[in-house]
Amino acid sequence: MRFGTRSRNNGLHPHFTLPPPPKEKSQKAQNPFPLGKSLMNYSCSRYELKCNECGKGYGNQPLSACPDCIAPLEVIYDLDAVRGIFTRENIAAGPANIWRYAALLPIPDGFQPDLPVGFTPLVRAKNLGKRIGATNLYVKNDAVCFPTLSFKDRVVSVALANAQKFGFETVGCSSTGNLANSVAAQSARLGLKACILVPADLEPAKILNTQVYGARLVRIDGNYDHVNRLCTQIADEYAWGFVNVNLRPYYAEGSKTVGYEIAEQLGWRLPDNVVVPMAGGSLIRKIRKAFNELIYLGLVEEKPVRFFGAQATGCSPISVAVKQGTDDVVPQRPNTIARSLAIGNPNDGPAAAKMILGSGGWAEDVSDLEIVSGIQELAETEGIFTETAGGVTTAVTARLYADSRIAKDQITVTCITGNGLKTTDALNGHYQQERAVRPRLADFDAYLRELDGLAEPELVAAGGK
Amino acid sequence: MSIKVTLPAAFTRHTEGRKQFNSAADNLPGLLADIDQTFPALSTQIKGEDGKLRRFINIYVNDEDIRFLGGETYAFQDGDEIMLIPSIAGGTE
Repeated sequence: MRFGTRSRNNGLHPHFTLPPPPKEKSQKAQNPFPLGKSLMNYSCSRYELKCNECGKGYGNQPLSACPDCIAPLEVIYDLDAVRGIFTRENIAAGPANIWRYAALLPIPDGFQPDLPVGFTPLVRAKNLGKRIGATNLYVKNDAVCFPTLSFKDRVVSVALANAQKFGFETVGCSSTGNLANSVAAQSARLGLKACILVPADLEPAKILNTQVYGARLVRIDGNYDHVNRLCTQIADEYAWGFVNVNLRPYYAEGSKTVGYEIAEQLGWRLPDNVVVPMAGGSLIRKIRKAFNELIYLGLVEEKPVRFFGAQATGCSPISVAVKQGTDDVVPQRPNTIARSLAIGNPNDGPAAAKMILGSGGWAEDVSDLEIVSGIQELAETEGIFTETAGGVTTAVTARLYADSRIAKDQITVTCITGNGLKTTDALNGHYQQERAVRPRLADFDAYLRELDGLAEPELVAAGGK
Repeated sequence: MSIKVTLPAAFTRHTEGRKQFNSAADNLPGLLADIDQTFPALSTQIKGEDGKLRRFINIYVNDEDIRFLGGETYAFQDGDEIMLIPSIAGGTE
């Protein structure tokens, strides 16, 4: 066992028994760590939780809100202590995954990561660029992130490292799908039980991709905001580690690795612009946090980077706020095919809107029709099949160039965060299954002509003119 | 008229451990005034220096975000179940 003496299940127990419903107090799985009184904690000189509102530090514990002022807690680091450790050379000598950046991740001492998460390709998108009028465009392709094909693998791996350290035997999350897949897969690998809550209308592939790992999946009759609220209450009552509730400060730090990778893959320089999809609004801020850390430690030259947020019009609370020049995010009832971005009351929304505006960036939102076109354009030009969220990001990126919010020759990175194989239903009706063709060359030739609308060639008699 | 108010564990250190209480408040400002009287320490915790509810706290009425119901202008109905839930974000910087 890696940490401490607390026991946990060994191997897979896909059909574990949940604690009984908390009808009586004696039956409840009592939460041993009400806010500010955690019994599960560890000390670490490299990082700790801190409230950025009142400035109070809280060590390391499963805690997401300041007990005094209710503000969200953030993991802060002793950056000067890693100055000689977090260097280009040491990073290059590390593994080809996010653990090469472990010195600036909240990973408990002694943790031995064994999953090669992240370090996904940053590809030059010349073809897409030609189509949308960009000459220096890159795609950060987390559609191929390991192990479950979305950027959520990054945050989950960091959260579960802490879940283990805190001694949780059961972990969980509220999810719009990708997070569910990742928690299910990685908890199976670590021998942790998982209980995952999702909106009932989630895409079938995302449900299957959670169940297959043996996780307990609970479909909630409501949207993501209902699910998330319920998870907040469950975390109060059950001694479970919810990666995006009581483990959220650690979880969110995993997103920084997108920023580190972008900078390293650009040859240790920062882009001019980054386009990022927004659901809860966390990723975009953490990319900036990563850039700022790299600047502070001298790994990249300081330069202003503008941040652009992408949302679906059917769920655009942050985009609307940015367009109005405010960080006052008014919640919406989501109605979009981009279910992985369908968070109507984004917890990190106000901070994201403020950061975007402060960077000189912008936020845009696109219709469901444009989302599908975005999926198709990225696939047709760069051979990258992304899910609906990536369709949002691609369509918004195109809009930003069309509206001259991004100059064509600036270095721009657009972040693709999930894989199209999970949301194939979004393309239903867009491609026909054509008739089968007899296995004869003449039939094949005739079929191609039929498809291309060409006339039959005139037959030329052998030996004739 | 009576409404039932449910608090998260984070707030119960100022309510002697009570997670639920009843109130006769007519609306959200009335409820906050009630909390001022009944649980003054909780009031300090959930309201900022400007006297307004901190922005990290969400209010739900029978599972619906109060902002969809008109916010402070929403008139509580007899039997309404009100929940105060902290917004779980990943930091503020």
